[in-house]
Amino acid sequence: MKLTLKVWRQKSKDHSGSFENHTVEAHDHMSFLEMMDVLNERLVSEKKEPIAFAHDCREGICGTCNMVINGKPHGPLGGTTVCQLHMREFNDGDVIAIEPWRAKAFPVIKDLVVDRSSFDRIIQAGGYISVNTGQAQDANAIPIEKDTAAQAMDAATCIGCGACVAACPNASAMLFTSAKVNHLALLPQGQVESPRRVRAMVKQMDEEGFGACSNTGACEVECPKEISIENIAAMNRMYVSAVIGSQDEV
Amino acid sequence: MINLDPKIPKGELGEKWSQYRGTMNLVAPNNKRRIDIIVVGTGLAGASAAATLGELGYNVKAFTFHDSPRRAHSIAAQGGINAAKNYQNDGDSIYRLFYDTIKGGDYRSREANVHRLAEVSVNIIDQAVAQGVPLAREYGGLLANRSFGGVQVSRTFYAKGQTGQQLLLGAYSALSRQIALGNVTMYNRHEMVDLVKVDGKARGIITRNLLNGKLERHAAHCVVLATGGYGNVFYLSTNAMGCNVTAAWRAVHRGALMANPCYTQIHPTCIPQSGDYQSKLTLMSESLRNDGRVWVPNKVEDAEAIRKGSKTALDIPEADRDYYLERRYPAFGNLVPRDVASRAAKVACDEGKGVVSTGKAVYLDFASAIERYGKSAAHSKGIDNPGKDTVTKLGEEVIAAKYGNLFDMYVKITGEDPYKMPMKIYPAVHYTMGGLWVDYNLETNVPGLFALGECNFSDHGANRLGASALMQGLADGYFVIPYTIGQFLSKEIRTPKISDQTPEFEAAQNDSQARIDRLMNIGGEQSAESFHRKLGKIVWEYCGMSRTEEGLNKGRALIRDLRKEFYADLYVPGTSTEFNPELEKALRVADFLELGETLMVDALNRNESCGGHFRAEYASPEGEAARNDKDYTYVAAWEWNDTDPILHRENLEFENVELKTRSYK
Repeated sequence: MKLTLKVWRQKSKDHSGSFENHTVEAHDHMSFLEMMDVLNERLVSEKKEPIAFAHDCREGICGTCNMVINGKPHGPLGGTTVCQLHMREFNDGDVIAIEPWRAKAFPVIKDLVVDRSSFDRIIQAGGYISVNTGQAQDANAIPIEKDTAAQAMDAATCIGCGACVAACPNASAMLFTSAKVNHLALLPQGQVESPRRVRAMVKQMDEEGFGACSNTGACEVECPKEISIENIAAMNRMYVSAVIGSQDEV
Repeated sequence: MINLDPKIPKGELGEKWSQYRGTMNLVAPNNKRRIDIIVVGTGLAGASAAATLGELGYNVKAFTFHDSPRRAHSIAAQGGINAAKNYQNDGDSIYRLFYDTIKGGDYRSREANVHRLAEVSVNIIDQAVAQGVPLAREYGGLLANRSFGGVQVSRTFYAKGQTGQQLLLGAYSALSRQIALGNVTMYNRHEMVDLVKVDGKARGIITRNLLNGKLERHAAHCVVLATGGYGNVFYLSTNAMGCNVTAAWRAVHRGALMANPCYTQIHPTCIPQSGDYQSKLTLMSESLRNDGRVWVPNKVEDAEAIRKGSKTALDIPEADRDYYLERRYPAFGNLVPRDVASRAAKVACDEGKGVVSTGKAVYLDFASAIERYGKSAAHSKGIDNPGKDTVTKLGEEVIAAKYGNLFDMYVKITGEDPYKMPMKIYPAVHYTMGGLWVDYNLETNVPGLFALGECNFSDHGANRLGASALMQGLADGYFVIPYTIGQFLSKEIRTPKISDQTPEFEAAQNDSQARIDRLMNIGGEQSAESFHRKLGKIVWEYCGMSRTEEGLNKGRALIRDLRKEFYADLYVPGTSTEFNPELEKALRVADFLELGETLMVDALNRNESCGGHFRAEYASPEGEAARNDKDYTYVAAWEWNDTDPILHRENLEFENVELKTRSYK
């Protein structure tokens, strides 16, 4: 199939960017990123600058890849990262617009590559259980109900890609933050620090320049791991009771 | 010949680690604060080591080339992690895990290291659960287990098909906590491009800041490498695109030895290659072999019809299917170890029974598992005489609960529904057992340079058992290096802060700059990617699942030619002082070219077949690997030399396990 790509090119965060048109020949069986590889190989052979895009595991789990394809983070297919998107989802003659995540808290590094270190800082603010190596009791000492463990797993499955932020009209990081807050709060081991954690993580999230949640729900729709918006509701409840219940600074 | 002293502690096998740990030199808390440690890599081994060393009070600097420590490729491990908990009361024990690992590794690993690994395996599960890792549970609220290849007990803990992700996020959270506390300084998007030695000891690294291309000096009292394996030397592998050997290979250039590079693991269940543009291969977890049955058509003409598209798997009656693993290995059936399963798939395809157009795929079929689970589910729901549709529906639900995310991944990549049609799978490069030579302390032959996880060679011998990589990475990081590093550092408490303004750092930085300039200035026509592809084809063809002396000699010559071509015709766009992924790739490919040659040399030297290293000349009449214990019960550790790598040996002593022909029949 023959495709026309409109790709965002931007030299760095201090430069302004624009779309650049390319045509590319693709096969059904190619992944989207392999189609990009083919284009880049051609650009290099023409001694032109290849398109910078982020990618690594190419099996939908590392959370590195990030492209907005025709306006949708990770492209048209639900529950899928760009690297798992295959060209059979497109048709001959399609025009495909490819952009980076767009959010104040995710500045563009080059072309389609953005800086998501703000996510790391949210986790550093409290996305952990404070246990040193060697302090653990036997793993079976605290039984955890199967369904509760499964719910925690569903929240923990977040890959930190940032599609939720890219999808949100406010560039809010509520789905990302709440997934971690809720994952840990559901488990007995994580409940001890829960009030402190939720306040610290929300505070950091706000400081990074992410927007507020206005219940649009786009994050849940675009999340490649289909993380539920119920996590946001749960976090809001936890946050309110944590703020009311405590006076000290986090 | 370098004297490779493994420094195995004295005493009974089961007592070695506890006695050693109890008598090791310690570093007092006030001294720890003055000691700097560099950790390179933030996968399971690196993140767990950096976090734990930070908790102990050392000043840790951690490095990753990724944009975040959470992206390391440990994240992609699917199936599970082994531990000798014996929660299932099925006869497991530390000794049995030790024995299975030694046998699985085809008697080419170090007894004492493997026993220690089995001992600390139980602590890993405790630690992970305490961190909030949501491992799978049963209705009673206790942890669930499943089986992996090469063992007859259920000792594998898992979190759906995302065990690596959850364990890595656990280690990442511990690391994040130490970063927040200021005990670890994290350097993202920094790639190690050289090791710096001062007075023979590892005292620092040179990194390239990938955002702006700047070379930076980082000094410390010691350096810990946890930089993963070199599977991407094959270009197509299940590794992530960024996985590379550069950090380890740069250490080799500074005198560290690369041990057993020819021990590479070809994983039997991966999605087959579909075209020349393919950039990587995707694994389908070994856990699928708990329920999936591997087969090919009995008749070559049926296979031909399938390849042409005139028949499908469903057209082949039961009597015309060859469940070759169940037939050849009745005791272990579909759960034979990876090396055995991979070779058997190759044999079936070489006989003309492959089931895709390239001829390179076999079936992994869930139909009988769906039926079995469906009947059982119907029974527990009180449905008498359930119809076929009901059984299938209920059975598919059970399979979806166990392997749903893997099945989803399969559909996305192939466009076929594995609930209805058997999966098509073929072996692919997955893991490398070889790595930097280390002693019992995980210290390389360069004093102060340590290697953890897949980066070292120590625990898996010639073949790694499934669900043991996560175990080893975390064992090394959480429970081994925090102790053994003290053996080196306790002698360094009077060493002042290491300065990076010394001639050694200056020279290493200049060397790195020269290597970068050389690549930038070639000005040829071909991309780094195209060289990588060519290299991968050579290594796969001549040093893949089956190797011969003739082929290895040819492969080595081809790699040397390719290296010449690389330095004559490489083209790297852009400049070296900006964000330039093409330059990153070129630097990595340059190192893969040398490592690839060393791989061939090692495979040539080892005139036997063992584990993942199969030399066609050395096979039993049934086609199984034939070891030569008399001549090759040693670790081959290679010193890099451009003309001919130099061999150093560590003889393996087996005091507790009798060397036997490995049998899974």
